[in-house]
Amino acid sequence: MTTTKTVTKEASSREKPFHIVKRTDMPTWKSWMIRILSVLASLIVCAIIIVAVTGENPFAIYGTMFKGAVGTARRVWVLLQEVAMLLCVSLAVTPAFKMRFWNIGAEGQVLMGGLGATAVMLLFGHKLPAPLVLILVIVVSILCGAIWGVIPAVFKAFWNTNETLFTLMMNYIAIQIVSYFTYVWSSNKGNNVINTINTDNHAGWLNLPQSVDKYGYLLNIIIVAVLTVLMYFYLNRSKQGYEIAVVGESINTARYAGINVKKVIIRTMLISGALCGVAGMLLVSGTDHTITPNTAAGRGFTAIMVSWLAKFNPLFMVLTSLLLVFMQQGAKEISTVFGLNDSFSEIIAGIIIFFIIGSEFFINYSIKRTRAKEVESK
Amino acid sequence: MKKIIALLLVALFVCGALAACGGSQSKDAATADQKKDFKAGFIFLHDENSTYDLNFINAAKAACEKLGVECILKTNIDESNACKETALDLVDQGCGFVFADSFGHESYMIEAAKANPKVQFSHATGTMAHTEKLDNYHNAFASIYEGRYLAGVAAGLKLNEMIESGKITAEQAKIGYVGAYTYAEVVSGYTSFFLGARSICPSATMEVQFTGSWYDETAEKEAATTLIKNGCVLISQHADSMGAPTACEDAGVPDVSYNGSTLSSCPNTFIVSSRIDWTPYFEYAIKAAMNGDKIDTDWTGTLGTKSVVLTEVNEKAAAKDTQAKIDEVKAKLESGEIHVFDTKTFTVNGEALTSYKADVDTDTETDPAKKGDTEVISDGYFHESENRSAPYFDVRIDGITLLNEKF
Repeated sequence: MTTTKTVTKEASSREKPFHIVKRTDMPTWKSWMIRILSVLASLIVCAIIIVAVTGENPFAIYGTMFKGAVGTARRVWVLLQEVAMLLCVSLAVTPAFKMRFWNIGAEGQVLMGGLGATAVMLLFGHKLPAPLVLILVIVVSILCGAIWGVIPAVFKAFWNTNETLFTLMMNYIAIQIVSYFTYVWSSNKGNNVINTINTDNHAGWLNLPQSVDKYGYLLNIIIVAVLTVLMYFYLNRSKQGYEIAVVGESINTARYAGINVKKVIIRTMLISGALCGVAGMLLVSGTDHTITPNTAAGRGFTAIMVSWLAKFNPLFMVLTSLLLVFMQQGAKEISTVFGLNDSFSEIIAGIIIFFIIGSEFFINYSIKRTRAKEVESK
Repeated sequence: MKKIIALLLVALFVCGALAACGGSQSKDAATADQKKDFKAGFIFLHDENSTYDLNFINAAKAACEKLGVECILKTNIDESNACKETALDLVDQGCGFVFADSFGHESYMIEAAKANPKVQFSHATGTMAHTEKLDNYHNAFASIYEGRYLAGVAAGLKLNEMIESGKITAEQAKIGYVGAYTYAEVVSGYTSFFLGARSICPSATMEVQFTGSWYDETAEKEAATTLIKNGCVLISQHADSMGAPTACEDAGVPDVSYNGSTLSSCPNTFIVSSRIDWTPYFEYAIKAAMNGDKIDTDWTGTLGTKSVVLTEVNEKAAAKDTQAKIDEVKAKLESGEIHVFDTKTFTVNGEALTSYKADVDTDTETDPAKKGDTEVISDGYFHESENRSAPYFDVRIDGITLLNEKF
């Protein structure tokens, strides 16, 4: 037995001149060096592709990208607003992910929250006093998001259904429901557009007065900044946050430790859905003041990447969402200035993200050369 | 260490927000009298891959080149707050004229217009300029129903040819139409097309299938195929993709297209296509903005302004002398001798229409009973696109069967 084992080991070592070892001792500064280097490397690769495909000056393209994202005060504000919205959805999916509950239904949960806000604004905007409308908007949108999030959680907890498929399918149902109501409430029959709601009395609008907040995004940004800090403490300092981590590591361990797993799953998805509802409310009441089936604009899916890249740390998610939004906003300007199709900016963004994700591999693992000596000694 | 970095980042984020809050005011909007470096900004829902947007993009480029003004094109702008931000960003860049091409952009354009009274804002297909009453916000459309009517004439001639050659009987002269939504713009479009066809071929009937999307190639192809199976001998469409024309080419059924020629892909079945050319409007509006002149609140392009145009007739598929007949009817439309929605030419539930309250003023009402607000029938015809530029003819007339009204 022993002989055969040695032989196979040797054989495999001989076939693979390299092997992968998990790193445990990487100092923080070094891991950040790798990340920065990988971004630089990606920019070099992008530059080669830019020159090869378009013949444009890559530095001009990067400059345009930068200007497009932060070139004017307005663009900085739009950038921060977009970061806040993406971050809010990312915060929402994080507790579920940490519990290893694959909630890819954020898109639908955001939409349902937004729909709740829309319904209140439309139906009660001129019937109830404005402060009451706003309170109702907040309550109803959070409730709608939470309900949409908790349905798959209940099925998972009691019948162990597959939450990935379940939450994914719920997205499409939500999109169809919103489509239906944009038809029912359309401004002219059949045009499928609800115009900006309550433009006269601003009932249910979640914005600070224009004298305080010229661009209209300050409240959104503050709310999300507060939520970020709260979520950080919830996940890292609270008992419930600990329970989420334990369930995520191993359901059996959690059971053995006396944690009610069903309760944790349902409670966590209530929070996840409710936060998506908040995101929907911020988009409808705080930003667009109306709804379309595209209000969530794919943030429910991008949020998954934000959360993973930040390793579920809400504070690092500020950075990862900033990175993604920066590239997205910058990319738009490239297509305007250089007349390049949007797909080209997406290629650039894709390459950069690929390098960043790839760098995590080199931070967590090292590739060692299998030394001939080692093999021989065996 | 990690935590400190993270906390610093959050602090930076918040500081950035506050700094931007007190940040420098954006430069005052460019005044319209600086003709030399006048800039025009355009907002499009999609990019040049969509035939609808391509039609606008080409017109914008052509008009700006002719007038010698710089144009900034913004593609793929959602019907959300992004539209308002893009419009304001264009103003920041010094645009004296800002235009948006999609229906859902309207509310956001109005907000941008309110914030920048010195800049002129225009919006295609919109309905709210006449009720908002802003000096610097305008709607534009074209009397495309006249173009459709002329395209219908071509269809009618083709039907007659098929009847004469014994290919079909007079009763079998059924047209199929692929629509997007049951929205007035679509209803106005298929009805004018049908009336044009029936003015030539009196026994013509029509079936309409809706797809529930402005652009869905599969659904449009499917709808056209269904209509052909139902016995429709000629197809036309409102929706924007190549779905219906391709289905027609495959089945060998003649097709009247929209928004541009489909001749290259459908050489055997393409008859003619009507479309709106936006170049005349852009030239007019940009010139007015440059000179500080007033732009019409509602501007409706016509055959006369060359906003409503027909492509060349494909002799291979069309009936004989189609072009001559189109020219003849066109002259009559332009002189006012005939009207597309002449109440003598159609009935509703077997009766002539003598009065109709159209939903001209846009208001998000939850009560459908309050919708109709303006009398639009007088002098024996339905006055389309006169009370506002966007179509509002949404009457269901006899002779047209709607196969599904769920959209």
